[in-house]
Amino acid sequence: MNEILKERKGQIVTKGQDDVAIACGKASLAGSVSQRACVFCGSRVVLYPIADALHLIHGPVGCAAYTWDIRGSLSSGPQLHRLSFTTDLKEREVVFGGEPKLYQALIALIDQYKPKAAFVYGTCIVGVIGDDMEAVCRRVSAEKGIDVIPVMSEGFNGTKKDGYKLACDALSKLIGTDNKTEVPEHSINILGDFNLAGELWMLAEYYRRMGVNMVACMTGDGRIDDVRKAHNAKLNVVQCSGSMIYLAKDMKEKYGIPFMKVSYFGIEDMSDALYEVARFFKSDEMMEKARQLVKEEISTLLPALQEYRKDLEGKKAAIYVGGAFKAISLVKALRLLGMKTVVVGSQTGNQDDYNLLKDLCDEGTIIVDDSNPNELSEFVKQTGANLFIGGVKERPIAYKLGLGFCDHNHERKEALAGYEGMLNFAKEVHASVCSPVWKFMKR
Amino acid sequence: METPISKNKSTHLGSSFSPPSEGSGEASSFKSTRNACKLCAPLGASVAFKGIRGCVPIIHGGQGCATYIRRYLISHYKEPVDIASSNFSEEATIFGGGANCHAAIGNVIKQYQPEVIGITTTCLSETIGDDVKQYIRTFQELSGDKQLPHFVTASTPSYQGSHMDGFHEAVTGIVKSMAETGELGEHLNIFPGFVSPEDLRQIKTILEDFGIDYILLPDYSETLDNPIWDAYKRIPDGGTPIESVKKCGSARASIEFGTILNKGSLAGRVKTNVQATSAGDYLESTFGVENRRMPMPIGVSSCDKFFETLKEVSGKEIPLKYKKERGRLIDSYVDGHKYIFGKKAVIFGEEDFVVGIAAFLNEIGIEVVLAASGGESGHLETEIKKYCPENTDSILVKNGWDYELIHEWCTENKPDILIGNSKAYYIARDLNIPIVRCGFPIHDRIGGQRIKHLGYAGTQELFDQITNTLIGYKQDHSEVGYKYM
Repeated sequence: MNEILKERKGQIVTKGQDDVAIACGKASLAGSVSQRACVFCGSRVVLYPIADALHLIHGPVGCAAYTWDIRGSLSSGPQLHRLSFTTDLKEREVVFGGEPKLYQALIALIDQYKPKAAFVYGTCIVGVIGDDMEAVCRRVSAEKGIDVIPVMSEGFNGTKKDGYKLACDALSKLIGTDNKTEVPEHSINILGDFNLAGELWMLAEYYRRMGVNMVACMTGDGRIDDVRKAHNAKLNVVQCSGSMIYLAKDMKEKYGIPFMKVSYFGIEDMSDALYEVARFFKSDEMMEKARQLVKEEISTLLPALQEYRKDLEGKKAAIYVGGAFKAISLVKALRLLGMKTVVVGSQTGNQDDYNLLKDLCDEGTIIVDDSNPNELSEFVKQTGANLFIGGVKERPIAYKLGLGFCDHNHERKEALAGYEGMLNFAKEVHASVCSPVWKFMKR
Repeated sequence: METPISKNKSTHLGSSFSPPSEGSGEASSFKSTRNACKLCAPLGASVAFKGIRGCVPIIHGGQGCATYIRRYLISHYKEPVDIASSNFSEEATIFGGGANCHAAIGNVIKQYQPEVIGITTTCLSETIGDDVKQYIRTFQELSGDKQLPHFVTASTPSYQGSHMDGFHEAVTGIVKSMAETGELGEHLNIFPGFVSPEDLRQIKTILEDFGIDYILLPDYSETLDNPIWDAYKRIPDGGTPIESVKKCGSARASIEFGTILNKGSLAGRVKTNVQATSAGDYLESTFGVENRRMPMPIGVSSCDKFFETLKEVSGKEIPLKYKKERGRLIDSYVDGHKYIFGKKAVIFGEEDFVVGIAAFLNEIGIEVVLAASGGESGHLETEIKKYCPENTDSILVKNGWDYELIHEWCTENKPDILIGNSKAYYIARDLNIPIVRCGFPIHDRIGGQRIKHLGYAGTQELFDQITNTLIGYKQDHSEVGYKYM
């Protein structure tokens, strides 16, 4: 086997062989070709789906160009989030300061697009040249009468997770600013769903069928006014706990709103997400509706899944995704298709996530934190996986090695959450694993 | 309206709010870049480094730069694109990135055993004043007698120029670090610029058919467009070997595609106005290798220039195959001319690419109404006018434009077709205008790396596609689904 960098060895464990806790939450190793991005990326992807806000990136052109329309987050109304605005800093501003340009950009953009609020993202260079972004935002906010929120997300200042936290802080500033709206008794916020391929709309519909009202989703199909009144909800239902747990904890502290972690991937976790909410509201009627809903959905879904399971039974999968919570659901969802997970990892998982994974997985499964292409290709080869689940950067690794691939990242165009999503997931996995093209590749 | 969070109206922004010392005219009308039609310099440099055999690029900056650039390139090339990062932390930003740079080099060597390491800088490392060349020297000293890879650097702060400046900066850097003087050879240097892997293969075939010995730099025809593998390769096969680049200094001549290259004004630059050198210029001034610069060979006129130059420099006859390709291309021009004449096209992308496409459209009777680029060389207009003799004065040429400016212009002026990369698809969709995807990037289709643009054969494919797109558009929108043209 090729060399694994020795500094990375603690971040890789094999169930049944290594009895140590996995190391995680570390900064990426220089030169290791991590699949992670940066602080800015963390903030940007979390706030991005808020569709009626202006998102302005203060920095040279790259940071904005690479994140233009990067998430498949759908909006039922405004589409402002899908434009990429940047101050496009030049050497002149690096020397003399970028504040005037930032000010002018904000004024012009707010005048043209009339957003409900603006988020201004600081990039590496802003941290270095010392622009007082907060002062510019305050001034524009006073002049234009909308919130202009600085997000100090200099890329070098931590990991992607720190960017999540900054995004949560930005949302926290908005929450609680609308006290006039009354909400129904059984009201929740959905945290950590980004409405990829319209997933949020499916979930909100499930909850509606149970008699649960959604105050705000943060941030899928997000609206500034919804965020402002989010503190009126009785419960925060948190998915993608990696990014939104900070906000959930913050709201618990400030407004006493409890939260629960859920996942919407796979039948088990999806159903639990509904039951848990019914249990929270202590409503028998709601629980009955939830049971009814699950029954209806499953009665059509299970027979459909059987068709795919026939072909997929016994196949092996490797998972490498951004958040570990998603990985946990995927392991379960794959089991439902008769598939075994042989490699599982994430960019940003924490100790609890990895412990859960270790409990859940079979002996011999490799568990990895913050991996890189060399390791991933090595693990896939060692374990003889037939399928890889990951994002854009993992896709060519899978294809070059001759295994199927399922895109489970934020660019995906297929809804994979919920019951309908489970069927899409099965279809996609099946289409890739069972394609006849692999016969031309030597394995 | 809701009350803003900050009620503090006594904002004090200090003296930094005085207008910038130069270019305040631009700043006063500044509206931000909206959907940039350019990328940052380290991306271009990384692509160029991928064209050297056994090379692993390192981006000296934050982790995000490498990951974003990889993701962007992977979405186009559909290939593994390994680019390492020195992964700047706050500490490195304050105290300098030397330790991170060394760690990155060390770990890349351990993992990849590369022949070459290409280090490209970022806005961050440039601004804090990191001296990458010095870091490399220290690394070499500390390594004693250990065999190390060859190092190449490119200074690519993303606030200077676009990805094309980065690309050419890296190409020049490679040549500067490797080219040697030697006895005058028969071989030619070809600097193709930022073209597709398919184009690179095309150029190689042409030179081989001519029987000309050549050095193509960069050559990512394999590294960014691999066949399937039996086993995973940490560094993909292909690329120009160091030994070849060494011979660049003793070539008969250089042929450089693109007339703007990295020779632009780098708008917004303050420190110096020294313009960068292209690889061809460097070899000419340092080793006396004659440099033949020409637009990308797209269209009959530009291709003729390329083939005539090959003939002249090598003293060899143009192979019959290409005379026939040329003949067929012109034959098809005749077959298709009526369907495209006077159609109004908007073209966009990298400046040299835009010049190449403009010259081609001009010779087939399509009217280029807007030629736009995010690049800010200041030369685009002069170059386009030079190569578009047909409707020279009616072409609107814009340096420093973004997609939203193009969008607004198209909304008002309703062109017939968009020609360029896939990023303008949303404009085409919004305005119900057909788009022909070519250039870089192609993120919403497969095969972007296999689009052929260059030579008579590449032009043929572009011509057929553009003509059929216009014919198809008319057919789709006609009341009768007719069966003949």
